[in-house]
Amino acid sequence: MSMDVAPWLETDALLDNPQTRIVVCCGSGGVGKTTTAAALGVRAAERGRKVVVLTIDPARRLAQSMGIDALDNIPRKVAGVGDENGGELHAMMLDMKRTFDEFVEAHADPERARAILANPFYQSLSAGFAGTQEYMAMEKLGQLRARDEWDLIIVDTPPSRSALDFLDAPKRLGSFLDGKFIRVLMAPAKVGGRAGMKFLNVGVSMMTGTVNKVLGGQLLRDVQTFAAAMDTMFGGFRTRAEATYRLLQAPGTAFLVVAAPERDALREAAYFVERLGADRMPLAGLVLNRVHGSGAEQLSAERALAAAEILSMADAAMDPATAPDPEPETEAEPEAELDPDASDPADPGDGEENLADGGFVDRDSGKTQARNPSAADPDVSPTSADTSAERLAAGLLRLHAERMQVLGREQRTHDRFTALHPEVPVAQVAALPGDVHDLAGLRAIGERLAVPMERPQRAG
Amino acid sequence: MSRLHVVSGKGGTGKTTVAAALALALAADGKRTLLVEVEGRQGIAQLFETEALPYEERKIATAPGGGEVHALAIDPEYALLDYLHMFYKLGSAGRALKKLGAIDFATTIAPGLRDVLLTGKACEAVRRKGKDGKFVYDSVVMDAPPTGRITRFLNVNHEVAGLARTGPIHNQAQAVMRVLKSPQTAVHLVTLLEEMPVQETADGIAELRADGLPAGAVIINMVRPAILDHDAVEIAANGQRAAVAKALSQAGLGGARRGGLAERLVDPLLEQAREHAERVGLERTQRAELSDLGLPLHELELLTDGIDLAGLYRLAADLRKQWPS
Repeated sequence: MSMDVAPWLETDALLDNPQTRIVVCCGSGGVGKTTTAAALGVRAAERGRKVVVLTIDPARRLAQSMGIDALDNIPRKVAGVGDENGGELHAMMLDMKRTFDEFVEAHADPERARAILANPFYQSLSAGFAGTQEYMAMEKLGQLRARDEWDLIIVDTPPSRSALDFLDAPKRLGSFLDGKFIRVLMAPAKVGGRAGMKFLNVGVSMMTGTVNKVLGGQLLRDVQTFAAAMDTMFGGFRTRAEATYRLLQAPGTAFLVVAAPERDALREAAYFVERLGADRMPLAGLVLNRVHGSGAEQLSAERALAAAEILSMADAAMDPATAPDPEPETEAEPEAELDPDASDPADPGDGEENLADGGFVDRDSGKTQARNPSAADPDVSPTSADTSAERLAAGLLRLHAERMQVLGREQRTHDRFTALHPEVPVAQVAALPGDVHDLAGLRAIGERLAVPMERPQRAG
Repeated sequence: MSRLHVVSGKGGTGKTTVAAALALALAADGKRTLLVEVEGRQGIAQLFETEALPYEERKIATAPGGGEVHALAIDPEYALLDYLHMFYKLGSAGRALKKLGAIDFATTIAPGLRDVLLTGKACEAVRRKGKDGKFVYDSVVMDAPPTGRITRFLNVNHEVAGLARTGPIHNQAQAVMRVLKSPQTAVHLVTLLEEMPVQETADGIAELRADGLPAGAVIINMVRPAILDHDAVEIAANGQRAAVAKALSQAGLGGARRGGLAERLVDPLLEQAREHAERVGLERTQRAELSDLGLPLHELELLTDGIDLAGLYRLAADLRKQWPS
């Protein structure tokens, strides 16, 4: 049972505070980071702030809900948000390559910039280097902040492989372009290509010889030319990376770690919290998305299942004599073997008849028997054709049992996080049955982010 | 019959779990599979409840019927050193390069190079034969990068083409590409019955097809049973509310009269059932979209207690029943 109670994350206070200038949403993939960033943006704007949301890779419909369908690096005003309170919402999608190109254009003379942009090695680097997206997101954040046109910048972070990437990328990219190896590679290019090799010491020429052999001469030359052209920008990279890092540490920044109440996502979240702490980054709290609740928490899963069992037995006993339904098949157990489609999943069309009707699933006994969820027998489902009150009630109870099991599991994973980090404020966002892809949906999420979820004490 | 199974999926859909279950399923009845991880997350080790995997193929599980699952976490740096050693006998020079940061540089900063090393290692395992002339592994299953990056990841040839137009890296990329585009390979996408993952799956398949990469199956993960549909819920709410309360009461849950314990359960239970029915409806739409993709669909049930080793074996058994042999 829950012993520690995490403090509530006061989302509105955070968004309303004029000192809050940057909110960074981070977390592992698939936890609703982008949706959270967008919902915070809508809410802050409707509470009167002038907001820009920087998204990295939004799902298409989410982007459309904010009126951005072009990946063009330009913040665009979202219509119909915040007008009553003088707030504004702008949204943009990061174009990683363009941001990199602009950076080059801003920091090198035109001729050099042209050489860099045309270099194949640069093109590969700017389009796909594992850290480029992270670095460019932070670079863009720095640019937006420098423009000082918005009260509040909300930034989504790229779906990194690991928590480390996002904080390390700026330093890593800097250190690569600044590093020993690239200097060695550059040496021949600087002194005039192969002719200059004799001026180098033997070790280095052996090294470039090896690299040449492995990578191929043309690739080496491309890297050399690239490195030489970028030389003037190395300082720029490092300075910018350091400035962004300091901006993130500044008091006006608030980090929100986003997670779902699942083991892996919360483990990653715990790791983020520790990492932000180690880097002295200001953590505002944890946003726990898709949390389930129940209006009938007083009824445990076990009691609900037992009651459902009683009703099913009563129903089955009564059925042949009293039910108007002529069907003899009334057991409330799935019969996977009877369904011929179950063994032929390779046929893409086979699922359709079975879609609506799953079987009753007794989770207790279900664990020991093979059960194919796609193969549930339609006959055992209480659809509109078969609606005795007992069956309906049993269905309601089984659904409730399932819900309570989900609740219990979510509570346990959440408790584990709270035990590790009791100081971190938490906002729990109740799960919506469907996906969010319009402003109304984002408003609903914003509301849930700001208002504490009702979670009555469970009895027994 | 494909022997290299590349498993991708949107973040949060459980692609590592599905990859592991598939490796177990394909190892059944005395087969031997290799499960490879390419993103350095040690997800496989966590799933099999074992210590972190080194850059070394080792047996991590026994499948029903005496099969074996081996696992390998491919680290691009080690893969490059491995490659240098294999093709150039560059043992010590390789280490010198590493010291200088060259290996780190080559594997991190140039994505094409990194990916060709990762996929190259997997392809090598697919083609490897033992002294008896038979394949060492019956199949290789890769826990691959997410759907959004999978085509780019696999299309190493294209990525490397701009970088290395000739030379050994170029040749290596060509060799890898031949395996990846052949019927030996199948790229499977894991999804949930939710809008965003389904959309991403459709986009991912279109991208794979556009680049001539072999799309395999779609695996719908975490499928929840549909217990009540919309019509049943509406009938319960409108016509039969009192009767439902009475039934709850008969099952021992308190009084059925207004304000009784059982009667007070009806509204919250109906509310949950409405949410459930709404979800069932949305899932139906999503499933229809998936069947339009023209690929085999497989389904794995949601394990309500989360994934442990026992759950993984259950998923593997389930997948095996559905998988064409």
